[in-house]
Amino acid sequence: MKFGTQIFALGLFTFAALVAAGFGVDEPFRQHMWVLFFVLLGFVAILIRNTSFEAAAPIDPSAYMDGPVRYGTIATMFWGVVGMLVGVVIALQLAYPDLNIQPWFNFGRLRPLHTSGVVFAFGGNALLCTSMYVVQRTCRARLFGGDLAWFVFWGYQLFIVMAATGYLLGITESREYAEPEWYVDIWLTIVWVAYLVLFLGTILKRKEPHIYVANWFYLSFIVTIAMLHVINNLSMPASFLGSKSYSAFSGVQDALTQWWYGHNAVGFFLTAGFLGMMYYFVPKQANRPVYSYRLSIVHFWAIIFLYIWAGPHHLHYTALPDWAQTLGMVFSIMLWMPSWGGMINGLMTLSGAWDKLRTDPIIRMMVMAIAFYGMSTFEGPMMSIKTVNSLSHYTDWTIGHVHSGALGWVGMISFGAIYFMVPKLWNRQRLYSLRLVTWHFWLATLGIVVYAAVMWVSGIMQGLMWREYDEQGFLVYSFAETVAAMHPYYVMRAIGGAMYLSGALIMAWNITMTILGYQREEEPLPGSVPALQPAE
Amino acid sequence: MGLMDKHALIEKNATLLLVGSLLVVTVGGIVEIAPLFYLDNTIEKVEGMRPYSPLELAGRNIYVREGCYLCHSQMIRPFRDEVERYGHYSLAAESMYDHPFQWGSKRTGPDLARVGDRYSNVWHVDHLSDPRSVVPESIMPSYAFLKDAPIDVKDFSTHLVANARVGVPYTDDMIAHANADLMAQADPNADSSGLEARYPKAKVGDFDGNPQQVTEMDALVAYLQMLGTLVDFKNYDEAAGYR
Repeated sequence: MKFGTQIFALGLFTFAALVAAGFGVDEPFRQHMWVLFFVLLGFVAILIRNTSFEAAAPIDPSAYMDGPVRYGTIATMFWGVVGMLVGVVIALQLAYPDLNIQPWFNFGRLRPLHTSGVVFAFGGNALLCTSMYVVQRTCRARLFGGDLAWFVFWGYQLFIVMAATGYLLGITESREYAEPEWYVDIWLTIVWVAYLVLFLGTILKRKEPHIYVANWFYLSFIVTIAMLHVINNLSMPASFLGSKSYSAFSGVQDALTQWWYGHNAVGFFLTAGFLGMMYYFVPKQANRPVYSYRLSIVHFWAIIFLYIWAGPHHLHYTALPDWAQTLGMVFSIMLWMPSWGGMINGLMTLSGAWDKLRTDPIIRMMVMAIAFYGMSTFEGPMMSIKTVNSLSHYTDWTIGHVHSGALGWVGMISFGAIYFMVPKLWNRQRLYSLRLVTWHFWLATLGIVVYAAVMWVSGIMQGLMWREYDEQGFLVYSFAETVAAMHPYYVMRAIGGAMYLSGALIMAWNITMTILGYQREEEPLPGSVPALQPAE
Repeated sequence: MGLMDKHALIEKNATLLLVGSLLVVTVGGIVEIAPLFYLDNTIEKVEGMRPYSPLELAGRNIYVREGCYLCHSQMIRPFRDEVERYGHYSLAAESMYDHPFQWGSKRTGPDLARVGDRYSNVWHVDHLSDPRSVVPESIMPSYAFLKDAPIDVKDFSTHLVANARVGVPYTDDMIAHANADLMAQADPNADSSGLEARYPKAKVGDFDGNPQQVTEMDALVAYLQMLGTLVDFKNYDEAAGYR
């Protein structure tokens, strides 16, 4: 029977969720278990409707398994729009605080929804689906483990739903980017180990002698995130039928463990994984080999070794011992070099194909991604210098820095990869519209520029106002005055974010139409077709 | 055969690649984090630190639940302007019982490490209910719902036990009296001598102005009012605390 075991196992979990909803010791936990119950019930219903008692059609073991990749692409697009929309909402809440709706939609509950939504839901699905796409093609092997890939995909979506609904209900550990509570963390651990088995298993059954460089990055990202997630989330629940747990570490040790995790969520989730994406999709789209094999080797080992040390730069001038702060600063500055090694390797892959920048909006998107990667990996080491950090820390400058990395690098390289994959995954000749890609490119780029520039101004202004003294030696501004001064910048920031979001909406439209099989009748982009010369 | 050619070995063996990259990424964490657990000077020697009273801990859990740390730091840096604005720079010892730490990374609102005793209970209740009624420039959301939410304690001792398991020195006596202490701290007429012996400097009172019930507002204000008030800085040796 098709799905027999799955229906039975899911049914058991559904019942367990119902029991937990009845016996939970705190109200948020009971509500959260009701959410889980209905989600799982939905899964069971869908499986029962799709079950059949006929023998399953034999699977061609040499064909690629692209079902989860297709679902992952759609999920990436969906969560991307959701996460960015929540971002625009909380940006507006900072400008117009009356938009807070207590208790579920207050800034403090929506902000983790935004960060987890874009980092783990959008970014995570992008990594999941591109890694499954890339590893099969570079290994010339079908995904390992049969339906394991489906378990990883749906298991990860369940993690996202549980994390997101938990935040709104007030279920959070309040440790930045590691907010989900203990039981959601345990679930993610199970899914992540399955992902590692899936990815490693596929590499092990490869038909190519060499493991392609993109896969080094994907593999190190998967294994490092496993280590960071497990150690950082060690905690003691107050009750096994309750939502509240207490971190295993306290104070200064908790702070450094958390930022060791937090900075490497950036370093491995948002960098190493997406570099894997760069190493496959940029050469493919440009139709050029990777610029330098030696540079790939050097920058791979250097970047994974150095990144792990950089966490303490989030804790400059705090109660963290000075030796740890200095160590973190030194390694953060060193990190500039391998980061730019990666940037050079990506950009120079276009050698001999630079003319494509004029004609191919997808390549343009990828190049802009790599340019923003270079920009933010210069800005990061600079901000990790203690003197600079004394001004920038606690201000909007940090927020601007994060967004030039996240919107510029992570967002743009994912968009490029999706634009590349979609026609191939659904057997379409081309995208619905290349002109819409151009619109997306410009809206996104201008949106980032507005966002980052506004946050530089507001961040530096904030930092300077806090420390400004008059001639008599008194502080010039009260804190409330510095808050009021931020208002125009918060409005402009929301506009920048809305531009980026509207670009993503255009993309969602373009991708949907491509999947549905439409092709827009449009003039080819200037330069993409050689101009005919009149006969003389 | 150059070093680069030897790399082919790793490229052809997934296990080597996996183990190699795992080893490389563990080094930094071991060198930076592990020493914090055994170097004696990581946490300064101070007088006055004690575990949170049950009501304060319940309040802290609300602070954690609402994500206050996203806009408010609890970490004063040793700069002239910060010390003048917020008070003595923060010590590691002051968050030694914080599971999790709430130092924060952003100051959309002011630092709260020493907000305790700076404002009256009434001010806090007004400010949390309608921030712009007391600070017109504020962009903080309203937390008026806390006033109507009775504190949800079945057996609060489980929270003390969980903290004790991760190293907070809650005694059996404290755990046994968890629920009673929680209620007593929010009731000015209760016999709070046991509470004050177990948790020196604990502030007792009807924090939210509603004597009918103990609400989440009581707990949160109790927590805010003790922030940064425990360490006795008269007896603190700056030079010995420098790391």
